[in-house]
Amino acid sequence: MILDNAREVTAECLDVRADEVTFTSSGTDAVHRGLLGLHRGRARIGSRVLLPGVEHSSVLHALDWTGAPCTEIPVPLTGRVRVADVLAAREAQQDPVALAVLQTGNHEVGTLQPVAEVAAALADLDIPLFTDACATMGRLPLPGGWAVAAGSAHKFGGPAGIGLLLVRNRARWRNPFPTDDRLDVRTSGFENVPAALATAAALRASLAEAETVGARQRALVERIRAVAATWPDVEVVGDPDERLPHVLTFSALYVDGEALVDALEREGFSVGSGSACTASTLTPSHVLAAMGVLTHGNVRIGLEPGTTDDQVDRFLAVVPRVLAELRARVGL
Amino acid sequence: MSGVPAKADLELDCLGLLCPFPVIVLGQRYRGVKVGGTIAILADDEAARVDIPAWCRMRGQEFLGEEPWIGPNGHGHRFWIRVCE
Repeated sequence: MILDNAREVTAECLDVRADEVTFTSSGTDAVHRGLLGLHRGRARIGSRVLLPGVEHSSVLHALDWTGAPCTEIPVPLTGRVRVADVLAAREAQQDPVALAVLQTGNHEVGTLQPVAEVAAALADLDIPLFTDACATMGRLPLPGGWAVAAGSAHKFGGPAGIGLLLVRNRARWRNPFPTDDRLDVRTSGFENVPAALATAAALRASLAEAETVGARQRALVERIRAVAATWPDVEVVGDPDERLPHVLTFSALYVDGEALVDALEREGFSVGSGSACTASTLTPSHVLAAMGVLTHGNVRIGLEPGTTDDQVDRFLAVVPRVLAELRARVGL
Repeated sequence: MSGVPAKADLELDCLGLLCPFPVIVLGQRYRGVKVGGTIAILADDEAARVDIPAWCRMRGQEFLGEEPWIGPNGHGHRFWIRVCE
């Protein structure tokens, strides 16, 4: 009964039906179940999957696991997919397409995707869309048109280890894993009821303040973007308008990503990076690579709800000095 | 590959250098090439395939293309650039 309550609150927040909501053991699990189940449900029609190269690694790993043929939808420098490119990717294929994948927003560069428009264009071709909504859920309204969606509770302030799988009633979804004889056949094992309840509460709370917090963060990010664009040999990454309110990414020429992250850390700023030099694999971020933007000297900032103007001022003062110092070491 | 000269005005060997060093070498050396001249840069770091075209875009230089390179001790790519300013 408590679980039903959590399901109903979640459904109301996301404007879906309660029987379309499943609590999974993580966001990754929700992506895997959602994507693989939709692929399996379409097995009689085809196997090919259309997707842009900027999707989250959980999507790429799941598709790799199926061995399904994939067609990459090209993206421009902003990372934002164009409907015409989706249709062109479809037309370039002879074999039938099982489904397309498009995230609501990108976790690394903040670019939002035209999910509803792409879903509508694909609906005309009878191709269902899987959307990874992890980056926007709880911050922005869920777009429409998708068949299956996934979210992650800890991304909107909920507990870790719980994900949301949304399967539209009209979607042809089949369990890709062994069935568990339970009420909700889309998952397995006993649901983590307290975590599901906490997820529903966190989602409601996050959405309630999303507009206020988002507007503030958006204004701060806009300021950082404008100033960062004036720094020499720096490229501000991601769509300038269609973007997440709290994420900002830029790349600086001639700078080692790890050295930059360390230097900013010493100044009290905790930032991420998509540069190869910060990863053990020596492989640069596949998102930056798909967009064709500079992968080294990359910095990713996620603003907290409480990030202040003063913190932003200090950041804007510190970065050019740090960049100049790091470049001076190599005579540039 | 069309539009690529048989020999570049500046040849840079960045084999074994990890990101961001191939691009740093490019940044240090490209001004020694006259406008309209070409640079060939050999690199085996994976990031170079994204970062060298990105460098051209950010610095206003022309990226002419890349070709696979296989050597005795490994493989990488040779990138061609035309100096524009």
